[in-house]
Amino acid sequence: MPEIFHRKLERSAIGLVIAIIAAASVGGIVEIAPLFTIDETVEEAPDMRMYTPLELAGRNIYVREGCYACHSQMIRTLRDEVERYGPYSLAVESKYDRPMLWGSKRTGPDLARVGGKYSDFWHVAHLTNPRDVVPESNMPAYRWLARTSLKMEDLPLHLAAQKALGVPYTDEMVENAARDAYGQATPDTDFAAGVATRYGDETQVSAFDGVKTDVTEMDALVAYLQILGRLTGAAYENTAAPEGKPNPEG
Amino acid sequence: MIRQLTSSERQNAAVIAIAVAIVGLAMAAVGRTDVLGVHGVMVMLFAGAVLFYVLSGLYQPEPTEDRETSYYDDPIKVGIVLSMAWAVFGMFMGVWVAAQLAWPNLAFDAGWSSFGRLRPTHTTGVIFGFGGNALIATSFHVVQRTSRARLAGQLSPWFVLLGYNLFCLLAVSGYLIGVTQSKEYAEAEWYADIWLVIVWVTYFILYLRTIARRKEPHIYVANWYFMAFILVVAILHIVNNLALPISWGHAKSYTVWPGVQDAMVQWWYGHNAVAFFLTAGFLGMLYYYLPVRAQRPIFSYRLSILSFWGITFFYMWAGSHHLHYTALPHWVQTLGMTFSVMLLVPSWASAGNALLTLNGAWHRVRDDATLRFMMAAAVFYGISTFEGSFLAIRPVNSLSHYTDWTVGHVHAGALGWVALITFGSLYTLVPSLWKRERMYSAALVEVHFWLAIAGTLIYVFAMWNSGIIQGLMWRTYTEEGALAYSFVDSLVAMYPYYIARAFGGLLFLIGAVVGCYNIWMTVRSAPLAAPLNADVPIAPAVAGE
Repeated sequence: MPEIFHRKLERSAIGLVIAIIAAASVGGIVEIAPLFTIDETVEEAPDMRMYTPLELAGRNIYVREGCYACHSQMIRTLRDEVERYGPYSLAVESKYDRPMLWGSKRTGPDLARVGGKYSDFWHVAHLTNPRDVVPESNMPAYRWLARTSLKMEDLPLHLAAQKALGVPYTDEMVENAARDAYGQATPDTDFAAGVATRYGDETQVSAFDGVKTDVTEMDALVAYLQILGRLTGAAYENTAAPEGKPNPEG
Repeated sequence: MIRQLTSSERQNAAVIAIAVAIVGLAMAAVGRTDVLGVHGVMVMLFAGAVLFYVLSGLYQPEPTEDRETSYYDDPIKVGIVLSMAWAVFGMFMGVWVAAQLAWPNLAFDAGWSSFGRLRPTHTTGVIFGFGGNALIATSFHVVQRTSRARLAGQLSPWFVLLGYNLFCLLAVSGYLIGVTQSKEYAEAEWYADIWLVIVWVTYFILYLRTIARRKEPHIYVANWYFMAFILVVAILHIVNNLALPISWGHAKSYTVWPGVQDAMVQWWYGHNAVAFFLTAGFLGMLYYYLPVRAQRPIFSYRLSILSFWGITFFYMWAGSHHLHYTALPHWVQTLGMTFSVMLLVPSWASAGNALLTLNGAWHRVRDDATLRFMMAAAVFYGISTFEGSFLAIRPVNSLSHYTDWTVGHVHAGALGWVALITFGSLYTLVPSLWKRERMYSAALVEVHFWLAIAGTLIYVFAMWNSGIIQGLMWRTYTEEGALAYSFVDSLVAMYPYYIARAFGGLLFLIGAVVGCYNIWMTVRSAPLAAPLNADVPIAPAVAGE
């Protein structure tokens, strides 16, 4: 009987098309749609902050250079991972991540909680030539980042697009995006003060690449690396954390 | 090639090329200093080259009236050439990135040559450049022969083929200059994605209209797979790539899917790119070229039905097995694992159906390297689908995930299954398409076969070893209860395998180069005086149909 049915079906191109669409649609709908409706999917984290414009620019450099191909940002709920990298990742921690950068390969270590683990100086040295600080490393050198000025004039457009998609940036943040990016990498300027006002006093304002006069892509990338795992403390409060939340000054 | 088009069709081609060039000009104008402007110029150059070709042939003699009584093979020939060109490019990029992992200084002091930018040029080059062109070319061939009908369009096959290659060029050049969404196997930005939708819809309509012209009552099983490939890839592509550009003048966009939902959507897409691009389409190839070459009918009609609907239904649930133990809700992980394990049934039904078709033709498998390519492909398909179901089991995945085992698994499928079935199909197709008696050199097909097999085995064994060692080192504890190895310890242990992997890939690349030479020499050799058998559709019953 099923065979006779199929002999009829395969005589009709439109019939096959409809049957294929029907068969192929079920899985995706059942698995994806509830992720938007079930409240427990993403935890609550009232202390969660957004990326500053400089960090967002750094994140885009991380995406552009394909860092996600070798570094995950997703600590799994396994003992050895929690002991190696820190508390396992929560969904809320990537709530503002578009796209998510969980990754699926660790040629290098996980970076979900790398923020605050090393100094800015270490990151700059490491990105300039990884083998200077880790002799066994096979990571590419990213020397050109420190030579390339960061393109900041487009940043209001970036924040506006994120805002349109639901990230709660205020109009003031959008408007001042370029100035805030400049300010976060140039401490002691008038622009620096605005960053703390808009994004919180804990925001790290620093000459990330060691040069105060120019904001480079190195500044942005290091600023991003230093915030990884520190947008919210939720992972340290709601899970069996083996350590306290790292000190922002550390 | 232009001789197959009437003068009004040539004019339409020129109009389309001009329209595309204008879009390129608009992109260049609004993009200005943004990388979008660079791509605008590229679109203009591409359309300009097509326009130049069309205009230079505008006054060539027109095709004869009986055009409809023959198959339309010109786009297939070009598709095969493009496919092999992309194969060499994509595999070269693969060898280069593999070598960079062993010798990280094998790069220039500039962004474009660093690992993270080269890697997607490899994946896109081989999957979409090599695989995609091979799929378009063989689907055009199979649908005509199994329907006994000429393609239902004169221009649209060219639009699909060239438009698709323009997409590939935009994608690959974009990664080098720093344009990427970072979505696995879907890195191209919004404007390239929109262009692909236009191309793909044309492809679908062309395919459906050709099937509607068929002179056979039933639609052959290979066409079910090609239709599933075209349809579902369209759905996946559109949903995964929904994004908001920061402005019309910028290449950069932000995906509409945030965090955990994006993870699910990306792997729903990613795993089904494997399913419907790298499996369904290539099963379409297998179901036509394997029986043709073996001169045996498909073993079981029922198994074909079972495996087709099993694959179409089950695969779409499996993507979440990429996210075990992550912040994705547990119930979704469990569903993904369950369906991944069930997938073994339709997968092995296909592999078994292919191998049992060879019963009675095993002497040909022994003597004919082309058929052996397809036999080996079916075996690797069986192995890698078993491995896939196995790795999707949560505790197994806790060891294998994030390691080279995943990379080895992908390549068991991509080299062993996808590339081998493609080479076998092309070696079957090329002589018949160019009306040659056989390939230029059977010995070179044999050489290619053994290079491909050796390369695949070296690659896969190296990655199995490195992956399992890596996974074990990460979770090994000392007697005192501390982690035994630092991350760097595990990296140091990888180097010998990274070298072996690059070597295996190099062998595979050399095999592809040998294949290019063989195909080139076949095309250059003298055609048969008279075709062996009449390779034409049934003449239309009513003139002007």
